[in-house]
Amino acid sequence: IGYGLLTSRFLSDLCKCDLHKLEEGPPLQAVLTREEGLQYYRTMQTIRRMELKADQLYKQKIIRGFCHLYDGQEACAVGIETGINLSDHLITAYRAHGYTLTRGGTVREIMAELTGRRGGIAKGKGGSMHMYTKHFYGGNGIVGAQVPLGAGVALACKYLGNNEICVCLYGDGAANQGQIFETYNMASLWKLPCIFICENNKYGMGTSVERAAASTDYYKRGDFIPGLRLDGMDVLCVREATKFAAEHCRSGKGPILMELQTYRYHGHSMSDPGVSYRTREEIQEVRSKSDPISMLKDRMLSNNMASVEELKEIDVEVRKEIEDAAQFATTDPEPPLDDLCNHIFYNDPPMEVRGTNPWTKLKSVS
Amino acid sequence: MASLRSFLRSGKNAVSAVLRREFHGTPPAAVQVTVRDALNQALDEELERDERVFLLGEEVAQYDGAYKVSRGLWKKYGDKRIIDTPITEMGFAGIAVGAAMAGLRPICEFMTFNFSMQAIDQVINSAAKTYYMSAGLQPVPIVFRGPNGASAGVAAQHSQCFAAWYGHCPGLKVVSPWSAEDAKGLLKSAIRDDNPVVFLENELMYGVPFEMSEEAQSKDFLLPIGKAKIERQGNHVTLVSHSRMVSLCLDAAAVLAKEGIECEVINMRTIRPLDAEAIETSVMKTNHLITVEGGWPQFGVGAEILARIMEGKDFFICF
Repeated sequence: IGYGLLTSRFLSDLCKCDLHKLEEGPPLQAVLTREEGLQYYRTMQTIRRMELKADQLYKQKIIRGFCHLYDGQEACAVGIETGINLSDHLITAYRAHGYTLTRGGTVREIMAELTGRRGGIAKGKGGSMHMYTKHFYGGNGIVGAQVPLGAGVALACKYLGNNEICVCLYGDGAANQGQIFETYNMASLWKLPCIFICENNKYGMGTSVERAAASTDYYKRGDFIPGLRLDGMDVLCVREATKFAAEHCRSGKGPILMELQTYRYHGHSMSDPGVSYRTREEIQEVRSKSDPISMLKDRMLSNNMASVEELKEIDVEVRKEIEDAAQFATTDPEPPLDDLCNHIFYNDPPMEVRGTNPWTKLKSVS
Repeated sequence: MASLRSFLRSGKNAVSAVLRREFHGTPPAAVQVTVRDALNQALDEELERDERVFLLGEEVAQYDGAYKVSRGLWKKYGDKRIIDTPITEMGFAGIAVGAAMAGLRPICEFMTFNFSMQAIDQVINSAAKTYYMSAGLQPVPIVFRGPNGASAGVAAQHSQCFAAWYGHCPGLKVVSPWSAEDAKGLLKSAIRDDNPVVFLENELMYGVPFEMSEEAQSKDFLLPIGKAKIERQGNHVTLVSHSRMVSLCLDAAAVLAKEGIECEVINMRTIRPLDAEAIETSVMKTNHLITVEGGWPQFGVGAEILARIMEGKDFFICF
């Protein structure tokens, strides 16, 4: 089959969202163009391969410290980004490598940050959980703390009147945090343009949602905040729901809550095999029936939007990009020792930092 | 009768004062300003100067401030810039930090710093550490202010001094003013500083009037963060203190002076970065040091000062 016989766009049926305090939800159909499909496929595949490569490097002890992998949840990061603009804002917790990419980071910078080298996106000083790009506020280590921060970003958007919104992500584990309910209250009172998104991957570390939450209807937990729950493994569903939510915020109606039902293949972090609190069968079932990349691939192939060779070519390109990045991340030097005390204060003259003894002077520049 | 007499007396004084002014054309003199009014002035001036500055906290708007520090500001600037929050410290401190990350310059008021403990994760982990962890990508220009330390009989839960706890953390600047001039100059500097600043006031000092020089009354009066001030020169013993305890030191110095002991009283003004040089210079002169603070002694501000002196290059010369 030649490329000329491919369809350029098709109207896809979407999953129906569960609604809370909403009369209508996102549309039940959406157009997917060939370009969009290929782009989503490429980005999701990039995230997938990048995370698997990180797994490999971690087992070789080239990456150390914390490493929370995102494979399985790619449709969330990619779908959300396609529903907003790069000029909007986003903040998430520690499972952040995928978002760092969709928010403008490169694979090279991300991997070099994981290996703690000077070419990393945070010069090797942040690591897995503290990566930042423009309008992307990380990467936050303390569970739930990013939610008030996100509402604060939304407050700035409203204050400055720039029609931008903030997407504020948290997991099913964080969803029970008190500060999140404090944030719901203020965001709603002050009508902040904030989309709260709960990525429900069914396990908060090793605790399943049934064992952690009295109510697992996370999309309803915002009470007075309208909410919707949808399939987080379908990138188109996520996109349309995000567009719907963004419109809600931009029109001045205040915050909205989305629950994305998704799944992570890896354990909580690299120190967790991920099979003591769930079965291998469960993981395998999700992989075979609901994998986000496979689902998009099938959709594109069965609707004649792409050829098998084309997608294979993308796979090869992605693999090469990851290999090059891993090579860079492994060979780039670590940050120099005199960078240790830099970046304590911003816009300040250089200062001396108290060291371990009076004869070792540590210097800090902004 | 007595009151009428005193009225007449004061009236005559007032008239003669006016006449005196007219005749000699003296320049505007120093005025008496309370710490509360000095803080109010600083807030007003900085709100006016920079659109991005705003104040949020419990009762800061319609109540005019729990201790009336923000009196009149809501009437002047409105809901957008003076924001009343619910009683949810962790939430609103986080919101303030997020707003700072996104380009605004919030002033987050804690009704007392005891309540900042509810939000201390946001102050330390979200505000103080972020510029470092992002290797310079994400500054956080925020001021956390409020009364700190003991008040009058408010019991243990409402009396803790947080100078040592916040002073422990890199990435934070910690300021502790004493006089009205300190309050105004340091608060303005704190608001203009691009880093997270913890501004420790003291409730018992709010109503105390100080003479404020003409220079200090100007809209651009700033005091540098990180520099101590010698409030009283002396040769025999150095008293180092911050906030309300500086008053105590000056009172003690007055008593000791009658016995011929001249105290040098240093007002730290800033807890972090600590002006160790000023203290060292003074100790080199007097060879005696007492630190006076309102916090607990163990692992406290005084403990740090003593450690610095002991580690300093001139310590053994003192002997």
